Amino acid sequence: MSSRRARSRQSTSSSRITDEQINDLVSKLQAVLPEARLHGCLSMQVSAAKVLQETCNYIRSLHREVDDLSERLSELLATTEASSAQAAIIRSLLK
Amino acid sequence: MESKSSTTGNRDNPNRNLHGSKTMMASHFLRALFRIQQTSTSSSSAGRSRRIRRAAYASMAYSAGTRRAWSRALLRKLRSRARLRFPRRLSRAATPQRRDMDQAQVLRKLVPGGPSMDDCKLLEETADYIRFLTTQVRLMQTVMDSVSS
Repeated sequence: MSSRRARSRQSTSSSRITDEQINDLVSKLQAVLPEARLHGCLSMQVSAAKVLQETCNYIRSLHREVDDLSERLSELLATTEASSAQAAIIRSLLK
Repeated sequence: MESKSSTTGNRDNPNRNLHGSKTMMASHFLRALFRIQQTSTSSSSAGRSRRIRRAAYASMAYSAGTRRAWSRALLRKLRSRARLRFPRRLSRAATPQRRDMDQAQVLRKLVPGGPSMDDCKLLEETADYIRFLTTQVRLMQTVMDSVSS
């Protein structure tokens, strides 16, 4: 029985990095996630799993936004006069 | 005179990396948009939006360059003309927090080059990837706003 426990402890320590390392890097992630998504995690002991989950959700939503904006830009460019679109685009570059 | 080590300068101010990249991102994306608009007057709107989407990820990857694993992986995919796909469905791992290894696996599928990263690298790369993604999204929104006004 003790050998089984030792075995399981060994397998988890070799496949997981320390909690301290996770928390350190997770705080980096927190810096780029919008605050609203982490509303539940106020304590210092951040739930790494929660942050990872929110990160996945956030990345998925960003991918969807890229898809959506691509479609809308595509329609817009099709209907807009070429020269005025270019002028508007150059204007946005200069902002 | 004591001088503080500046080896972690970039890490302390991650936005410094991003500033020069923003300009590169914008000019790359806008030039691609010009090309797409000029050469696709007769092509389907689905094809055009696919090209725009591709241009978005390309400008992200080119502006990040080869110093990041995610951008290198994206550049590889783009050059090999492979389909750019990211998993959409939500993770089925709704089980309690012990299993944060599952979440790391989910994350690996969302970040380019993820599968070959260990946990530490994955988190660093993810933070950088998110920064560039949000910048690209904001860029596209700005272009939308200027063209439609």
